[in-house]
Amino acid sequence: MATRTIAGKTVQVNEEGFMTNPSEWSKEIAVEIAKEEGVGELTPTHWKVIEFCRQDAGNGGKAPTLRRITSVAGVTTKEMFALFPKGPAKKVARISGLGKPEGCV
Amino acid sequence: MTEQTRKVAFICSKGDLDMAYPALVMGWAALGNGIDVTIFFTFWGMDLIRKLRQDHLEIAPVGNTSMKMSMMGVNTGNLGIPQIAGVLPGMTAFATKLMKDKMAKLGVPPVGEYLQMLVDGGAKLYACKMSVDMFGLKMEDFVDGVCDIVTAGDFMDMTEGAQIIFI
Repeated sequence: MATRTIAGKTVQVNEEGFMTNPSEWSKEIAVEIAKEEGVGELTPTHWKVIEFCRQDAGNGGKAPTLRRITSVAGVTTKEMFALFPKGPAKKVARISGLGKPEGCV
Repeated sequence: MTEQTRKVAFICSKGDLDMAYPALVMGWAALGNGIDVTIFFTFWGMDLIRKLRQDHLEIAPVGNTSMKMSMMGVNTGNLGIPQIAGVLPGMTAFATKLMKDKMAKLGVPPVGEYLQMLVDGGAKLYACKMSVDMFGLKMEDFVDGVCDIVTAGDFMDMTEGAQIIFI
């Protein structure tokens, strides 16, 4: 398993760069990855989505799909694409320290 | 970021319920991967974006050799639905309901809602000019989210560099 250092902390990542241990995640890490992903400054709405994903994933570390985020977290599809452009579910999963979302919808 | 964005274009030419989903599923996956999506609706495929037809797409057992009785929960292995039974009134409606129920169980949205998700995600939808003329349709006949009625040439222009998938 590969590791990398984000925001001064060494974390485990898989071959696609997704963190594999959600408990290694911190808000500082989220801020750093958001910059890397081109999401930029994290607003309260970004945090609302990130927190929802963290909570939804629970201990298993499975990230929710975009459809799940929009239907449960109360954020519209349009907003998601505006908040996390170019692949919202994958980006938010990365930022939230979770695995790649699985599922076709 | 000077990296070129990958582009995918779908041509939807079929109006059957089962043929509506490939572009929706793949288009949604593409958007989820940061890929630009354009969908061109031609011929029967225009049913996917027609207000009158969108919620009434069907799947017919007649002529469909893949449709087996086991899909309906009858454990008959490879036994198909007899073609003669397929022509009975109500069989198409039955098969359609079966598919819609299965999709709903899997959490797959109906065609209209799915298309709206794609539009919200930035997909561009176009209707084919020649088909529109042939079917005697107007822009008002299409659901919100359809950008324009364009010619095949326009489509080629707007999909330069894109991977094109014909369905």
